Formats: sequence, structure tokens, C-alpha cells
Amino acid sequence: MAEDEALIAATALVKQFGDFTAVDGIDVRVRAGEAFGFLGPNGAGKSSTMRMIGCVSRPTGGALRILGLDAAKDGAAIRARLGVCPQQDSLDLELTVLENLTVYARYFNIPRKVARARAMELLDFVQLADRAGDKVEPLSGGMKRRLTIARALVNEPEIVLLDEPTTGLDPQARHLVWERLFRLKQRGVTLVLTTHYMDEAEQLCDRLVVMDAGRIVAEGSPRELIDRHSTREVLEVRFGNDPLDGFADKLDGIGERVEVLPDRILVYTGDGDAAAAQVHGRGLTPSSVLVRRGSLEDVFLQLTGRTLVD
Amino acid sequence: MAHPTALALEFHLVAYKRTWRSSVFSSFALPAMFLVAMGITVGHYIDERSTSIGVPYLDYLGPGLLAATALQVAVGDSTWPVYGGFHWTRVYHVMRASPLTVGDVLRGHLAFVLLRVALSSAGFLVVLLLFGALHSWWALTTPLVAVLVGAACAAPCFAFAARATSDGAFAVLFRVAVVPMTLFAGVFFPVESLPWVARLLAYVSPLWHGVELSRAATLGTATAWGVPAHVAVLAVWCAVGYVLALRSFTRKLGD
Ligand SMILES: Nc1ncnc2c1ncn2[C@@H]1O[C@H](COP(=O)(O)OP(=O)(O)O)[C@@H](O)[C@H]1O
Ligand SMILES: [Mg+2]
Repeated sequence: MAEDEALIAATALVKQFGDFTAVDGIDVRVRAGEAFGFLGPNGAGKSSTMRMIGCVSRPTGGALRILGLDAAKDGAAIRARLGVCPQQDSLDLELTVLENLTVYARYFNIPRKVARARAMELLDFVQLADRAGDKVEPLSGGMKRRLTIARALVNEPEIVLLDEPTTGLDPQARHLVWERLFRLKQRGVTLVLTTHYMDEAEQLCDRLVVMDAGRIVAEGSPRELIDRHSTREVLEVRFGNDPLDGFADKLDGIGERVEVLPDRILVYTGDGDAAAAQVHGRGLTPSSVLVRRGSLEDVFLQLTGRTLVD
Repeated sequence: MAHPTALALEFHLVAYKRTWRSSVFSSFALPAMFLVAMGITVGHYIDERSTSIGVPYLDYLGPGLLAATALQVAVGDSTWPVYGGFHWTRVYHVMRASPLTVGDVLRGHLAFVLLRVALSSAGFLVVLLLFGALHSWWALTTPLVAVLVGAACAAPCFAFAARATSDGAFAVLFRVAVVPMTLFAGVFFPVESLPWVARLLAYVSPLWHGVELSRAATLGTATAWGVPAHVAVLAVWCAVGYVLALRSFTRKLGD
């Protein structure tokens, strides 16, 4: 991809804390209008990367250009055009829902009248218009997250950074957030998000990088990554509480690859049902058998030997 | 275009709309009560026995308490709230995601603290007027003196609070710095009656210089070292405090 069409261009980007390297020389290009994801487990360096992109943390090494500007020099100018939804909620619990947006808008020097009108619109968008005058404190986790997303939009940003937008939310609240983010994407807003949920990455991201221990271990669309590093289907078998150590041999030769996890065994295969039949054919009696499509979880497992969420 | 520092200040003003009522007590009513209790009652005994301070004790104490109130408000407002900006409300981190710079974040909050100091000292000045404790038009400059004392105390406190790893440090700060300063830096009695070590400490403290300036203003008298000297000492406190605060804020917000 040509340098000039990337909204975010990180080259050999490094972030160190003392002698600990949190981000270890990553290369990232984000294009206008795409939803780009950083998928990785806790501690992978996702937030550290996001904070550098958000121009609130100085890169230790490498180059970082955002919206054609140098992150090291033009931080304020870049931040004016970014929307940020940080990992940790940081709403003002003393202020009302509406005030949280209007106060934030003022940091961007948006005139009060405009700020108010825009805030009302955004509350509508995140389905919180009826709570405009309420304090933030009693809102549910999902509502707070949506309010934080609304806050990130008050300056009509060209890029929205979302650090773990749905971590800690119940499934219903997550779906509401996803749906709003999907709408944003449809409007052409460039989204950059981090997550350790593979379903979130699959649902929202056009393209993503898989991060582990500060490095990028794979890059592509969810489909490409699954095609490249997993199989079309995965057979999951469980054997009650039996120890699974010996099963690698017993299942050898079934499917393309067998992965033994502490609680279950994964058989990578193009045809899950056929593989299940083979398992039974060997006289094994699993306590449960599940055939599912290959996922980003499998990609991560294949690349790192570990599961994403433990 | 509003200056970015003013935009940061704006947040604190909006938040203050919710809390100003409760702060009136600590920053105004409490010192006024002190003035009445000490100035009138204790003052009655003092005025009967001693004339060495030259004016009624209430008139002597009033401008001292005005400066001490500036110290109290400044330190109170620049310890817990600053720590909270980093750790509790996280408002500094929120501001930092906008185009505001670390300097704007710091100065916006500092400006708010000084505004609070100015307001409480103006209120206190009215009380002094009602008690007939003002003897010079220079008294009108005491809110300025209070702001200078406030800045001299608040700026280093911003640095201290930004570096603090727990809010327990602030109660200690009050015990080892604010209370002793209030008691011994010339608010209640002349520092000349202190042993020399204590007197030396009073001389380096920002409060004593503020008390001198404030008292000279309300009584229309001269200060111990001359106005420029006192202002200079306070300016040094401000400057050093500000540099340290900016450095601490930058370290916390711009890692
Ligand atoms: N301010 C900091 N000081 C020291 N270490 C940090 C700091 N921020 C993050 N880290 C460390 O860097 C690593 C990556 O953290 P982070 O970027 O938050 O990962 P993620 O968001 O992927 O969970 C972690 O090991 C974390 O402990
Ligand atoms: Mg994180």
C-alpha cells in the first residue's frame, strides 16, 4: 500500500517502559474507511499501541504518522481529529450524561451551542437521549460504554480509536455496542479497535493484526487469517474429566492437525462430521462432540500455542 | 478562539457549580469563625494586657487569617483534587486525549485553584470590613496577595500530588507543613517571639511573606523586609513549584 493512502502508518514502532518492551517494532497501515483491529491477549501491547496512536504516549522508537502528520511533533493537531474511547471508563460521574459530552466538546474548542446540539444528536445515536439529564453514576456498564463512544464522536473525528470497546459487558450490551460501531463504519468513519474477543474482531474488523508479546504475528482479513492458519471446520471433543494427555496419539491422523487443550481436543479438518465419525470409528466415546467453523481463536492458537482468553 | 488553558479551566468551573455550596464552609465560614473566636474573645484579653503589636488584636489577626486561608484553600484544592484527576475521576487523562497539552491541563486547574483563593479572600475581606479591621485602601490588594500566596503554595502541591502514590500523603502534608505554618508563620503572633530556628523556618515559608504583605495592606503599615523582597520570595516559590509541577504532570501524562 502506498504511504500516502494510509491514515495511520506505523513503522518499526517501539514502546518501552524502563527496560521492558511493551511494543516491539510493529508495522501497521490503516486505510481510510476501514475497520482495523488489534487482536491479542492481555498484555500483548494493544493499549500501549493505541496510546501512541492517540498521541498521548511518546513512541520509544520507530516512526508514526497519523493523518499525514508526525505523531511526535503534531500531537495536538492530530488529537483534534481523533476520537478516543479508552480502555478504562473515564466519564465524570458527578456530571450529567449531557454535560459529559458538552464539557468534553469544549476541550476541542467547539462553541457551546454547537456542542449541545451535537451532544443531543449523539445521545440519540447511542440510544441514551432519555438519560440526557441524569447523572452518569447509576448508568449500566453498557450505557457508560456507549456514552464514552458518543463522547469520542463529539469532535466529528476522522479516526475513532476504541480500546476494548466491549470488555466487561454482558452479551446483550455488547451487541448493542457492536451495532452502533457497525453503523459508524457504514458512515465511512475509520475505526481502529483492540480486542481479545475473536468474535468481536470477526464481526467488526475488515482487517486486523494478531498481536502477541508486543509483536505482530499475523495480518489480514478475518477470512484470510482463518483460511491461512486454520481449517474450514474444527471438531471439538471432550472426554468428561478424563486427563487428555494420551489422546494426541489416539486421534493421530484424523483431520489435518490435532490440538490437545487442558479441557478439550481440537481437530482441524475440512469436514468436521467426517472427523467425528472417525473418532467414533476408533472406539472412542467422547462426552461431547461439537463441529464449528474455524475461527480467529484457532488462528491465535496455531500461531502462539496459547488461547486468547484464559 | 478561546485559549486552550481557558478551555481546561472551564471544566473545573462546570464541576464547581455542583460543589461550591459545600466549599463555602471550609474556605470562608470556618476562617470567619476563627476570626470571631480568636480575634474578639482572645483578642479581648490580649488587648487588655499588651500593646506591643500596636493595633487591636482583631485587626492584627484578620489579615493574617486572610493569608492563612489562602494557604488552606490552595493546599486543599491542589492535593486531593489533583490526585483525583490522575487516579479517581481521571479527568486529566480525558483532557489529554483532546488537543489540550499537558501545560494546558496543569494551568487550567491551577487557574481554578487561584480563582477559588481569590473568591474566598474577597469574601473574607468583606468580613474584615464589617468588623472594622481595615485601615487602608491598600486592603483592596489583599485578594492579589492571597492569589500570590495561593500560587506559591498550590504550585509545589500540584507537583507533590502528581507524584504521590497514595492520597494518605496529603493528611501528612497538612500535619507537617500547613498546620505548623498556620500556627507559627506570623498569623497569630509576631515571628520575632519564636526561637531563631523556628523563625528561620517562618522566613522561608511562603505564608509569612503573605501575612506580612496582607497585614501591611489592611493596616497601611510597612512590611518587615519591604514589599519587593516578600513578593520575590513568593515568586520563587511559584516559579520553582510550577516547573516541578509541569515536570511531574508531563511524566504522568506523556510517558
Ligand atoms: N505505564 C506502564 N509502565 C510499565 N509497564 C507498562 C505500562 N503500561 C503497560 N505496561 C506493560 O506493557 C505490557 C503491555 O500492556 P498493554 O499495552 O496494556 O497490553 P494490552 O492492552 O494488550 O493488554 C504489559 O505487560 C503491561 O504490564
Ligand atoms: Mg489493553
